[in-house]
Formats: sequence, structure tokens, C-alpha cells
Amino acid sequence: MNQPALVEVEGLNDPMLPELQSIRRIVWETDDTFTLQLENTGHNAAEFSFLPGQFNMLYVFGMGESAISISSDPSKPTALAHTIHRVGTVTNALSLMKRGDVIGLRGPFGSNWPIEKANGLDVCIVAGGIGLAPLRPVLYSLFRRRRDYGRVLLLYGARSPLDLLYRVELEQWSKQYDVEVLVTVDRSDSTWKGYIGVVPNLFSYIKLDARATMAMVCGPEVMMQYTIAEILRCGVPPEQIYLSMERNMKCAVGFCGHCQYGPKFICKDGPVFAFPQISDLFGKKEI
Amino acid sequence: MIIIQRKDLDVLIGALQKRDYAIMGPNVRDGAIVYDEIRSVADFPEGWTDEHEKSRYRLKRRPDKALFGYTVGPQSWKRFLFPPMAKILTVSKKGKAMEIEPDTSKEAPPRFAFFGVRSCELNAIMIQDKVFMNEQYSDPTYAARRNNIFIVAINCTQSGGTCFCASMNTGPIVKGGYDIVLTEVVGDGVHYFGAEAGSDKGNEVLKDVPHKNAAANEVEAVGVLVDGARTNMGREMTTEGLRELLADNLESPHWDDVARRCLMCSNCTMVCPTCFCSTVEDVTDLSGERAERWRRWDSCFTMDFGKVTGGNFRLSPKARYRQWIVHKLSSWVEQFGTFGCVGCGRCITWCPVGIDITAEVQAIRNNGVRNDT
Amino acid sequence: MLKENLNEVLRKHPFVGDLDDKYLQILVGCAKNVHYKEGDYLCHEGEAADLFFLIRSGRVALEIHAGHKGKRRIQTIGPGEVLGWSWLISPYRWHFDGYAVAEVRALALDGKCLRTKCDKDHDFGYEMLKRLADVFQSRMEATRLQLLDVYGSR
Repeated sequence: MNQPALVEVEGLNDPMLPELQSIRRIVWETDDTFTLQLENTGHNAAEFSFLPGQFNMLYVFGMGESAISISSDPSKPTALAHTIHRVGTVTNALSLMKRGDVIGLRGPFGSNWPIEKANGLDVCIVAGGIGLAPLRPVLYSLFRRRRDYGRVLLLYGARSPLDLLYRVELEQWSKQYDVEVLVTVDRSDSTWKGYIGVVPNLFSYIKLDARATMAMVCGPEVMMQYTIAEILRCGVPPEQIYLSMERNMKCAVGFCGHCQYGPKFICKDGPVFAFPQISDLFGKKEI
Repeated sequence: MIIIQRKDLDVLIGALQKRDYAIMGPNVRDGAIVYDEIRSVADFPEGWTDEHEKSRYRLKRRPDKALFGYTVGPQSWKRFLFPPMAKILTVSKKGKAMEIEPDTSKEAPPRFAFFGVRSCELNAIMIQDKVFMNEQYSDPTYAARRNNIFIVAINCTQSGGTCFCASMNTGPIVKGGYDIVLTEVVGDGVHYFGAEAGSDKGNEVLKDVPHKNAAANEVEAVGVLVDGARTNMGREMTTEGLRELLADNLESPHWDDVARRCLMCSNCTMVCPTCFCSTVEDVTDLSGERAERWRRWDSCFTMDFGKVTGGNFRLSPKARYRQWIVHKLSSWVEQFGTFGCVGCGRCITWCPVGIDITAEVQAIRNNGVRNDT
Repeated sequence: MLKENLNEVLRKHPFVGDLDDKYLQILVGCAKNVHYKEGDYLCHEGEAADLFFLIRSGRVALEIHAGHKGKRRIQTIGPGEVLGWSWLISPYRWHFDGYAVAEVRALALDGKCLRTKCDKDHDFGYEMLKRLADVFQSRMEATRLQLLDVYGSR
């Protein structure tokens, strides 16, 4: 069983001690989701490396930390960015920050999307809502060596057209990098000409070469359940399906116990898992 | 084995104090045996024993003057290595910037000597070592204290009503991981301790204490007592196939039965010597210039434990009880290579409604039929 | 379109699947190739459901009039899918408008005629109903998932 690799934490002395980062820019993607760009010049910026799928703990003075997936290009450490859904005290405080404000950062933590295993395969990236954020670094990595992969598909679902992330990039990706992009929304308005419906339904419009496809799935858990059921129905081997799980994260280093999913610590055994690693738990209620 | 007379035990205490250890050991307080400072042998619970049954704990007078004639109290040694509240960071605001300091850099960590560690408790410490000092990460608070520790273990010469260390293969005989191990022999005009060193540190300390080599009959006396503890266990747990049994029965209707009884009070996690869940709190002072991050004990039984953005994925009492027992006796094996349970029986004793972890496991084996009333 | 080509095209559509050839001929006899431009309507709410469509390419949005909220598009149907089952379910009227959001090529089948054939030949009727049941099920599942509003944060 191939497990996503754990990366040596580079340039970070103490995983429990936040480093200082200053805000470069905040870009609003939708009315409740924003991308936080950091200067990343504090410590040796070139040494801050991360792999797609990993996350950082972002700290706001006096308020606490929030676990946020890294959503920028791994090959550009000085363009470190996190797309954040504003839902609680910490994320709200982050959303109000200005250029030059200082936050704490611990990371990167967790397992990564196994892009190296996708060499020679078709790659099907399936994202729901904010789930596109931890998958965007995968796309950037695929684009750097586009010819190493077969078809690259992006199936993306959001609540409504107004909730779509990275709209400009979505178009660029389909034109510039030969990505088949299918976007669907749960509810529409009268201007939307794309698909209306759920992500699993998109699979009836693409004909996968199932055995030669690697799927990477991220989104709300119930969306992932239906989606993975559909991917399995298409005939993709379970060991070629990867997903990113989410639980309550407090320490990010496997001590506080909050992020456990069965025997797995999502902060260090995950958040990215090969489907067979958690298939006996997936879908079971209240695990 | 050497023999130390009861009257010379204070010399052992002195030898540890001379080496700047803060000695922690059993004290009688508030009707219980708790772990606190030991300044002299007079602090030990001389002549006390304890009665353990499910949801019942009482101290009782012994007919003799044994110093360690009890089994376990509501606390465990984890409160010293993994303190209930610990400051992790101090943060000061400086204009837009911040200064963040880890707490362990300020003072020297405490040097503890644990006096009276039972085999189950020793195993619990070694289990927590795997949690807090593992291949990937090491907790500085735990590591600093753990590396300075002196352990005086004690062999049990009786077992309690809720003990089942023999089933869990964690006792009653102390095996490894200690600096000194003692076995108390009381009766017929004698009161002495069989003692062995388990490390160079231990050996060096014992040299300071008056002793003689054990005679054959003394070795035998010690052996008989320890064996008695093994054969008199209050409970037992069948561990064969236990990990798979629980992993394969996550949807057993029996969990509904436990949920009807369990109050979600989290006593079991507080008294358990291996439970390690914690939460993190960030607090500021009134000026808003200084913040601190504190870690404190948490429990998977609390309603908030399963909270995520926009909801809670483990809210029902059934799911929370199941999480605890399946973690302790199944998931732990995959995570750390051993069971999380050491058979100390505290969770059974201190459960206000008397839920017995050994009976619940048996019920799962018996398809939901419990043997306890 | 020539009859043999209709045969092939029908056989390839997922709705037909492994339908017995003698029943496929019934469908062939009731089918014709249709084409709609972007912005055309394939059907209107309330009208008699005498046709149903097997979509070959393009995309049709189901529009429902939601009172003061105006027209709402609640789902799209794409290539390989089926538009319309009211031809077989009383009172045989469309329950929504079908709006072509992209140019549509489809096979239109004479539902009224097929309805009569189903009444006469129950084995054929069973094959049709079985296939429609599949469509109900997957639409229902999709609708439920949409209802769950999984991307909402509250």
C-alpha cells in the first residue's frame, strides 16, 4: 500500500513555534472567501518548501490558530498564499487584515497529493466548493510538466455561479494547459450557461480511461462520498483514488487528539489519503 | 535483590532529596490517595488500603502498617509529565509585529522523582512516551520533564477489585523502565522492602541506603506476595483479536446500550493514565499587548470535541463513547503499537454509573449480551 | 436521417443499452433527429408531453417558474441523458420548460405513440419503465444532494 509521503519540515526549527509572516495582499474571490497572500521573506524564503495538499496553522495575535491548506504554486515560495473561507473568529480576523499586518505561521504539515505517481496517467481532479483551494497547487505542478501526463480533467462544483473560485484561472487553464474543465453549480441564475447539478453527474459527460486514471478529490465529505462512489463505478481502481479529509485541528502535530479519524491522525497521516487507507471507515456515521 | 528495613526508608528519601529531586508519591487527602509531594516517609499512606468496585472507591484502615498497601488512586503520574494546564507560548505585540517565545525556554524543567509507581502506571508512562516523543514530533514540555525523572517503582502485593493488568500484560510484576523497584513485606514482626536497581542511576542511589543482601527466604516471601497479586485480579479482559473485534463492530447495536447509561461526564478520560487529548486556548491580557497560549486537558466525551466549521460530526453520546473505547483498545494499536489500556481499572471505579470496560468488550464478543448487572 | 443510421445512433445511446432488437425497432419507428439553437425551448411547462428526448450533444436547462422569484434553472441535462418522462406518466404534461443553454442535437421520440405501444405490449412497457426508473433514481439522488446544500457554511 503506497502511502502519501511525509515531507521533512524544511527551514522550520520548532513545529510548535509560529514564525512571523507579514501580509502582502488580500484578494476576495467571493463574498465570503478570500486569498491571503504572504510576503514570505521572514526566514529564508527559498527554504520554505511545501508539497501540494499540505496545510499551515495561521495565527492571529491573541485569537488562536486556524488550519488552512496552502493554495499557491509550490515552485514559487515567495508567492505563498492561502484561500480562506471566512467562517469563524480567526478567519474573520484574517479577512480584515491589511498589507503589512503580521501573523504567525506554523507549517507545512501533513501528507501530500502524490503527483509523482501520476506520471503517464490521466489525472482527474474533482473539487467541491473550497476544496479547489488545496487542489490548485496540484494543477500548477502538473502544468510545469504537462507532457508527463495524459488527459488532465478538472471537475468542479460550487453552490452557485457567484461562489466559484479562481474564475479567470479556470478559463486560462482550459485554454493554455489543455485541461478539460467542467464546472457545475447546485443553484443557478439566469446568466449561467454551464452545468447545473451535482459533481458526480459530471462523470456521465466524460469518458474516463478508468484503469489509466488517477483521481484526486477534495470537498465537503458528503460530496466526496457520492463522488468517490461514482468514480469507483466508472472503474477507477481504488488505489488510484486520493482524497483530502478534514477534522478539527488544534495542534497539527498529532498530540491533541482532535483530528483523529479512526486510527488516522488527519494532521500527520493525512490530510491526503489513498482511498484504501480509509475505505473501511469512509461513509460510516460519526466516526 | 537487597533488603532495606522500613526504618531506613527515610534514608532513601534523603538520598533523592540530596540529588535535588522533587519527590512525588502517594498522600492521603480528601478520602483518597493522591500523588503529591513527599517530604518524608511520614507522608506515605501508612496503614491505609482502598476498596475498588465499579463506581465505588473507599479508603479503609488496614490491620498492619504497610506504607503501600493500596492499589491506585484517582490520579496518575501523567499529571506531572503532561500537566493539566501548561503554558506553551507567550506573545507580545510590538506595533504591527509580534514577539513569540516558547515557554520552555524560560525556566529549568522540574526534576521529579516518582515514588511508588505501579507496573500498570509504569507501562502507562511508556505508552505516553510513544505519544509525546515519537519519530515525527516530540513535545518539549513532556520531554523536558521525562528526561529528568527518577522512578522508584513498587510491586503490587495485592490487586484491586477493578484491576486487570494481568490480562493486558502490563503487570502486576514491574519489568523494566525503572531506576529502583521495591516490594514491601509486612507481617509477623517484620517490615522490609526487597529492592533492586534497574539503572546506573538507581544503583548509585541505593549505595547510599543501609541494606543487606536478601536471604533466600526473603526472596521467596517477595515472590509469594507478587504472585498473589497476579492470581487475584478483580477483572479480566480477553485481548485476543480485540483490535479487530472493535474495528469490525463499529455499528454494533450494543453501542446504543452503553449510550443509554453513559453520562458523558468524562471521568474515565481524566483518571485514565494514558488518555492524552488536549485543547489549546489563546488568551490576552486587558491591555491587549500580551497573549499566552495554554494547553489544557480535554476529553473526547465533550460535546465540542467533534466540532468542525459549520457543524459537529461526533455529537451523539453513542458515537462519543464508541470513540473512546475503540481508540483505547483498537486504534491505539495501529497508532502506537500497543493497546492504550493498562488494566488499572480506574475508569471502572470512577465511572459514576459503573460502566465496566471489560464487560462492554465482552458484550461485543457476545453479540450484545452483558454479563455484569 | 436514414433508418439504419437511426438504429445505430439509438443503440449507442445509454437509454437504449441492451434493449432487445425487436423493441429497438419500435423506437426507431417513432424517432427523429432534432436540432435546437442556443436559446430555443424544447418544451414548455403545462404543454402535452407527446415527445421525449435522448440528448446527443449540447445542454438543456430545466426551468421552473417560482412565482415572484421568476424563472429558476434547477438542473441541466447533457449528452447521453434523457429529457422527459411525463409521456408515460399521467397526466402526460411537461412539468418544466426545457431551455437550450447550448446548441442541442437530440433524438425526439413520439411519446404518445410509444405510450400506446406500451399499453398493448407490457413486456415492451416494462423495458421502458425500467429505463425511466433509472432516470428517476439518479435525478432524485442528484436533487437530494443539491438540497443538502453541502457547500453552504451554515
